[in-house]
Amino acid sequence: MTRRLTAGIAIAALAVLVGLDLAASPPNPWQAPPAFALGSGQAASGGFCGALPG
Amino acid sequence: MTAATLAPAGGARIGTRGLLVAAGLAAVAAVTLFVGARFGMLLAVGLGFGIVLEGLRFGFAGPWRAMILRREPAGMLAQILAIALVAIVSIPLISSHPGEIGGAQAPIGWAMLGGAFVFGAAMQVVLGCGSGTLVNAGSGNPVSLLALPFFAIGSFAGAYHLIWWTDLGALPILTLTGGAGLAVTLAGLAGLAGIVLWRAAPGTRAVPRRLLLAAVLLAALAVANLAIAGQPWGVVYGLGIWAAKGFVALGGDLSGSAFFTAPGSVARVNGSILTDYSSLTDIGLIAGAFGVAAWRRGALAAPLPRYPARAWIATVVAGLALGYSSRLAFGCNVGAFFSGIATGSLHGWAWFVMAFAGAYLGIWLRPRLGLEART
Repeated sequence: MTRRLTAGIAIAALAVLVGLDLAASPPNPWQAPPAFALGSGQAASGGFCGALPG
Repeated sequence: MTAATLAPAGGARIGTRGLLVAAGLAAVAAVTLFVGARFGMLLAVGLGFGIVLEGLRFGFAGPWRAMILRREPAGMLAQILAIALVAIVSIPLISSHPGEIGGAQAPIGWAMLGGAFVFGAAMQVVLGCGSGTLVNAGSGNPVSLLALPFFAIGSFAGAYHLIWWTDLGALPILTLTGGAGLAVTLAGLAGLAGIVLWRAAPGTRAVPRRLLLAAVLLAALAVANLAIAGQPWGVVYGLGIWAAKGFVALGGDLSGSAFFTAPGSVARVNGSILTDYSSLTDIGLIAGAFGVAAWRRGALAAPLPRYPARAWIATVVAGLALGYSSRLAFGCNVGAFFSGIATGSLHGWAWFVMAFAGAYLGIWLRPRLGLEART
């Protein structure tokens, strides 16, 4: 066996994860924030490992 | 071998590479169109992270190991350079755009310090940190591929319990801000570089050009991440959200967790991972590293290593420890060390000291767990 197998599993698992998530939680592009947070005038609101939940 | 037999192989390689580029561009375009421009750009930034880390062989766990075992400083010096470059832009930017742009700023506490120590040990056991585990999995490293789902589960469990751990005691968030904060951060990084150079073995002080290039590119991508997302580059949060979504899909109940009942957490568990910043760059890290491995001639043809059963068990345990400890530590090598220091958070410095101490334990453990030949 070679790395072709394990790399293939990794990318396939990623595709399955994204596919299942798209089916369960379809995104709505009409609710998308401005392209850049910088200059948007909006407060940063993303989840981050270095922050307690808001 | 004749020219005639060489030609099809060369043609196939060009076809494969063209397909890889087309797939990457198509994914970014699809996310931009169907999710939003910010999210498409963050996927592109994540792909860039994966391509740079795998393509230029820039890492965190390996260079720490090289410094500790062989006193080779090049990889650590490149890390310090990248952090300094990000700090030069980020700290003034955060000061001039409060609220709009946030740093990786977290409190130093008992759980944070212990978590960093455990993370430093675990990342040496599997030779993969937060970004390294994703990149290595994408490029076909079987140890990282096995560690990754347990990393995600550990991250979820750590987040689930995070508030309990932080209640054990923590200082207020301490940050270095403005021009003075930047000066202190750069002086600290210069001091760290000086210590690393002082401890280096003779003849090892030069930093290869590829690592210098990687440091500059990583810094540019990290600054882009900050400007687009309004927050620094992070890894662990996204993995925890993936596991939390799986937990809920299997009928699990998150109502007992102060972390997952917070409004922001509820929104992200119920929302698309393609709208979660850390998830997007995590996806990009894996896919970008896969792309580089598929691009390189012969990289995916390398045979898989053989390890004893205890090595695989150790990988599972280390994966869980990586995830759980990085949540307690308010980040991994990326979210706490790289982004924490680069955005002026003192917890990044504390994280580095504790994780580097933990790395000694991990290096001692690795051969004993069957993950390398014992010397």
